[in-house]
Amino acid sequence: MEPVFAIVFGVMVAVATYLLMSRNALRIVLGLLVLGNAANLSIFVAGRLGSRTPPLVPDGQTFVTEVANPLPQALILTAIVISFALVAFTIVLFQSAYKQLGTIDADAMRAAEPHDDVGGTSVKAGQQKVAEFAA
Amino acid sequence: MTSHLLLTLPILFPLLGVALCALFWANKLAQRIVSLAASLGLLGSAIALMYAVFDGTVLATHFGNWDAPFGIVFVADMFSAVMVLITGVMAVAVGIYGLAGYIEPKENAFYHLLYQGLLLGVTGAFLTGDIFNLYVWFEIMLISSFGLLALGGTRSQLDAGVKYVTLNLIATTFFLITVGFLYGITGTLNMADLARVLPTVENQGLVTTLAVLFLMAFGSKAAVFPLFYWLPAAYHTASAPVVAIFAALLTKVGVYAIIRTFTLLFDGDAGYTGPIVAGIAIFTMVTGVFGAASHLDVRRILSFHIISQIGYMLFGIIVATPLAIGGSILYIVHHIVVKANLFLIAGIINRAGGSFHLKEVGGLYRTMPFLGVLFLIPALSLAGLPPLSGFWSKFTVIKASLDAGHVVLAGVGLAVGVLTLYSMIKIWNEAFWKSAPGASETAMVTWKGDRRTRALMLTPAISLAAVTLTIGLYAEPFVDFSLRAGAQLLDKSAYIDAVFPPAQFVGSLP
Repeated sequence: MEPVFAIVFGVMVAVATYLLMSRNALRIVLGLLVLGNAANLSIFVAGRLGSRTPPLVPDGQTFVTEVANPLPQALILTAIVISFALVAFTIVLFQSAYKQLGTIDADAMRAAEPHDDVGGTSVKAGQQKVAEFAA
Repeated sequence: MTSHLLLTLPILFPLLGVALCALFWANKLAQRIVSLAASLGLLGSAIALMYAVFDGTVLATHFGNWDAPFGIVFVADMFSAVMVLITGVMAVAVGIYGLAGYIEPKENAFYHLLYQGLLLGVTGAFLTGDIFNLYVWFEIMLISSFGLLALGGTRSQLDAGVKYVTLNLIATTFFLITVGFLYGITGTLNMADLARVLPTVENQGLVTTLAVLFLMAFGSKAAVFPLFYWLPAAYHTASAPVVAIFAALLTKVGVYAIIRTFTLLFDGDAGYTGPIVAGIAIFTMVTGVFGAASHLDVRRILSFHIISQIGYMLFGIIVATPLAIGGSILYIVHHIVVKANLFLIAGIINRAGGSFHLKEVGGLYRTMPFLGVLFLIPALSLAGLPPLSGFWSKFTVIKASLDAGHVVLAGVGLAVGVLTLYSMIKIWNEAFWKSAPGASETAMVTWKGDRRTRALMLTPAISLAAVTLTIGLYAEPFVDFSLRAGAQLLDKSAYIDAVFPPAQFVGSLP
């Protein structure tokens, strides 16, 4: 069973990578979601997929064998809650960035690092100087 | 009993701070008092923790009394304790500075709450002895920093937030995936247990793969060479106190995690990861310092210098001798103090000179000679001039790398120091030395007229400069402590014994 899940994990990471490389901010959010779920899947598979019996100790016994591993489920639960909160924040942030900047194209978002703010001279002025020097 | 208290108090104070700030969300004064009191509590408990581990003992506490490796443990050795202590110092210094009205319009919007949340995440990350728990603390730290960065809601902050959030989320998800793989191979998440189990794993190639994956995940947090792009895209948009606490703590948590995992978990395969880290360190130092040289905004220059300095902190795990790791620890402590102080002073330059941009300020040495001296102390220390703290930390790491024959590494380290000096001189020339452009006169009048703001902004800067001078002029105890901490990191047995006490104590139920 594990190889199938490993392949699914690989496909999910590939999909996430593809989405994250997009310039569209909405696709980036979707990529983050898929990547987060791929992470959860990797933890789940790491805990081994042997038994499906719930890890409950029967009355009168102190030990059980051959039950599902509860630890990965606890870890995934934690990770799901965290990624839910973070993705919710990300969506709100992206939405207000869209409102303020008027674009969801990640390449066009240059408010923090404008093109003409390198070394105090604008790129245009620099290009002009180069052109003058060449002429 | 006391060890439980010593280890939990440093996270309880910020946690209490978060809770109370949320409770007093409409009352700015109450939030200020709570936040400052919580920071002071953090500092106090950090001093107590340092006192307890100073002689080399390793403290550990098992939450819920679950024996390791089943429950979550908190562990403090000398390295953890010094990181918590410096966090406490920064929390108080930047906390006082933050009262100067930098965030005034947005102070109600959860500034104090997020500030304490950031401290909570950072302190937890330094103290935890469980790798999944480390992930949780990372996330607490991140979500707080996201909030702090976007607090102002300006165009550039939102733009910076988009990049900062996306790249950091990818990095932490990477970390989570790696933790999953690690659990799959070893079946445990307790770091002391991992230190025992990992050398016995059959497929050591997989362990090396994990080491490199961790290096990528933590390296992205620490802003090392190919993974640093989130930092210069974001830091310069935040307000001065926010960027000061970011510069002090965020990347250093990444460095801490790298040093911790590569001394405790992955020391066996240093032959493979060593050259990789050496390459990363060299490129980190060089790209950072050139990035800084090309900018004229004080905050952007200083942001690039954070990246450049991270390279030196990696010397410890490249060389892996007590001297090198001790040097790295000393470097981290020195760098936190100096870098945060430079950002605080950048805030003062902005207040008194009217701008962060070097073309628009000037003449500050004429109007405020004292500020000029105050700037030179951390600036020259950053470049590594004797007798300041930067000299001793650079001296230690470079001597360690020369001892081990890493000549290129040491040479690049020295050259980058010179280039750092160039950037610092540039700030000095533009902001302090050249005559003032007309626009900045009004800012100076406002600054001179506001005694309270001056006191709130200058006191932390002067105190941190005093710390830099103390480390520089009275270096022996600091160097000695760092070297002992480095030796302790290389000897894993104390850490493991603290988490797994000798057999007679295990399972002693009442």
